[in-house]
Amino acid sequence: MKAFARLLDQLAFTPARNAKLTLLRDYLSHAPDPERGWALASLTGALSFDAAKPGFIRKAAEARMDPLLFALSHDFVGDLAETVALIWPAKPGANREPELPEVVESLRSASRREVPQLLERWLDALDATGRWALLKLLTGGLRVGVSARLAKQALAQMGDVPVSEIEEVWHGQDPPYGDLFAWLEKRSDKPSAETPGRFRPVMLAQAIDEASDFPRYDAKDYAAEWKWDGIRVQAANEGGQRRLYSRTGEDVAAAFPDVIAALNFTGVIDGELLIFRGGHAAPFGDLQQRLNRKTADAKLMEKFPAGIRAYDLLMDGTEDLRELPFAERRKRLEAFVARLKSDRIDLSPLQPFESWEELARLRAHPPKGDPEVAEGLMLKRWDSIYEPGRPKGPWFKWKRDPHLIDAVLMYAQRGHGKRSGFYSDYTFGVWREDSNGDRSLTPVGKAYFGFTDEELKRLDKFVRDNTVERFGPVRSVRASLDFGLVLEIAFEGLQRSTRHKSGVAMRFPRINRIRWDKPAREADELPTLEKMLD
Amino acid sequence: MAGFRQLLRNTPQGLYCPPGDFHIDPTQPVDHAVITHGHSDHARAGHGTVLATPETLAIMTARCGAEFAGSSQGARYGETITRGSVTVTLVPAGHVLGSAQVVLRWKDRTAVISGDYKRRRDPTCPPFQPVPCDLFVSEATFGLPVFRFPPSEDETAKLLKSVALFPERTHLVGVYALGKAQRLIRLLREAGYDKTLYIHGALASMNALYEAHGVALGSLAHATDDARNALPGEIVLAPPSAIADKWARRFADPIPAFASGWMMVRARARQRHVELPLVLSDHADWDELTLTVGELKPEELWITHGSEEALLRWAQLNDISATALEIAGYEDEGE
Repeated sequence: MKAFARLLDQLAFTPARNAKLTLLRDYLSHAPDPERGWALASLTGALSFDAAKPGFIRKAAEARMDPLLFALSHDFVGDLAETVALIWPAKPGANREPELPEVVESLRSASRREVPQLLERWLDALDATGRWALLKLLTGGLRVGVSARLAKQALAQMGDVPVSEIEEVWHGQDPPYGDLFAWLEKRSDKPSAETPGRFRPVMLAQAIDEASDFPRYDAKDYAAEWKWDGIRVQAANEGGQRRLYSRTGEDVAAAFPDVIAALNFTGVIDGELLIFRGGHAAPFGDLQQRLNRKTADAKLMEKFPAGIRAYDLLMDGTEDLRELPFAERRKRLEAFVARLKSDRIDLSPLQPFESWEELARLRAHPPKGDPEVAEGLMLKRWDSIYEPGRPKGPWFKWKRDPHLIDAVLMYAQRGHGKRSGFYSDYTFGVWREDSNGDRSLTPVGKAYFGFTDEELKRLDKFVRDNTVERFGPVRSVRASLDFGLVLEIAFEGLQRSTRHKSGVAMRFPRINRIRWDKPAREADELPTLEKMLD
Repeated sequence: MAGFRQLLRNTPQGLYCPPGDFHIDPTQPVDHAVITHGHSDHARAGHGTVLATPETLAIMTARCGAEFAGSSQGARYGETITRGSVTVTLVPAGHVLGSAQVVLRWKDRTAVISGDYKRRRDPTCPPFQPVPCDLFVSEATFGLPVFRFPPSEDETAKLLKSVALFPERTHLVGVYALGKAQRLIRLLREAGYDKTLYIHGALASMNALYEAHGVALGSLAHATDDARNALPGEIVLAPPSAIADKWARRFADPIPAFASGWMMVRARARQRHVELPLVLSDHADWDELTLTVGELKPEELWITHGSEEALLRWAQLNDISATALEIAGYEDEGE
């Protein structure tokens, strides 16, 4: 348990992705089986207990110590589980420290009534970090900033294999993943991926380079379709197994029972998950209401009905189409979707075009209807096989130009990790006129990338030289009609928001250019922004 | 408290001993002061006379200059000095080099003013010496049951493991200049780390002073390299304020660490953007505080500063008469 507790502890304090990867890889390479398998399962969310409720944990601690001392401690620490972990008064002569597999296996077989006793015994035997890790495990939700994707990457590094190979076999494996580790340590062959309903690693597109790619490629070799603004999914129904995966292979089925119910076919579709209203795609903000949830209730599903707009067909019945050219797969997809006659699964239409120039016009002026809310265009070579990863050449994405506005820097916050000595998170605002005709800045968003290291240094210096007030890690920066730094902000979309004072929320804002030259008074005004609302 | 009022009382300047006419660790200039240890909130400049251990006097000279007081007198551990009708003895407190408890004997009563102290081993100073007493005056910097510090060796092992795991990055460890820096260096040396340690300029004079007092620190060098991505794979020690400052940028993708008792609590570590918290304190933790009071069994316990509420409650539960003095002006330098 000690090594796992240390790992969780360090992951929780480590913001940088690469450093998390190093910690994970090191742990997975050194921890024994089956401990590391259970650790992996708990980190990727494949294992979850809510065996112990916070209320029980508090009671168990209070039974052992003075309630006033407990209350004073809880006030100071803030977090209940952490307080209990730190304060737990072990009974002398405590037991042997439990190992992770023992904890997991006991919890799986224990009845609810037995859990408190088990827990107290373990708490007695562990140190403070161990107790903290145990309580996190038992109350569900480790929250140490490790996604399933990151864990898979650590596995890939550990075994020196591409991450797509991990994704391919992942869904056929169960905790504690003995076969997986045996393969990664070259002690056995690759485990079978032939599990019905398994995830197939996704094919992704390169961003097109307009200057170099268009002269090089012939428009006739490519099909074009709209890039819908939802999330990319893979929907499978094989051998009665219905699955809905994100593009990194995370199973999101639980949040979309309405979509799962519509998978009345045998095969695997690649498509875009969208909210459908009367056969039309709703903006991304609507889909957001359904994302990152564990379940969905009937009311939510009625208000935000989800469906799939199909791009590709990977399995038709039991036939694997991935080695066929796109043109072939497309014909099969059209027939497949037509047979379904579903109002939750439709076809992403191809957009005919003759030349790159014509396509550029379509991108700039999409036809009325759904294409107006598309993110841009996708280009797919007619002869491209379905190849996992992001190969260069067969598929391109050509996003619409972002919206641009000029805003004024208002607040800056110190960054984390590599940027911890720098003011690198910037809140910016635009001008708003009040009823007296006075203009003041109203914050409209926050951006923390889009600049080079050199620019960061200059921005940081500007913040330090022009600080008006400090609030902990945040500084407010001089910004008035006569003085201020103008930032050109690029963003993908804009929605009404009640959470923001300005009433608008930007999607994917980043700094496009720093306008050292532009006077603050010439930055944009709120009404300009409101015209850009989706 | 009434029984000891004639011997010791709380004044706006800090604790005062009327029959000896001196203050202990006064927070403002006074005529006569007895100083427990060299941290700046306890050892201020500008008193008429100062009585302290020779090591503490050396620290005050190094920090405030030779003119830090009108005159000064050194008393070795165990030496007895008479002031008025009181005898004063300084005995080791185990906090930092030269740190002392002040033992007062007056008529047939004994009072011990512990200053800051700890009970666990510190390779840079002699251990806390328990002195049976009627009145014990304790600090309570970490006077909450959540503060139960892990073994110091575990924390240095954690640092060394991280250094091994991230050989391309600099480990930047925040430490206070007096006590913590030298203790961490000694602990690293004991753990077998004999590479050069890199030091922020603000730590240099205390390191030199410790070495002059026989605490060998091994190979040290100034962390003055101005090159970008300096000192990958090395450990750099700096004052806590420097680890998230511009100064830190010269190092190779630094991992900010901080050696302090406060690192026990996650929110404290996150507030400071610490990625490698090291729980290493020169103060007594909850177990050491309660163990010490339990061992000495004083008639009265006075608490100078820190989280006195919880310790008061503990004393009440254990039938020990206790009072909080709430002395203002003691911060947690050294943590």
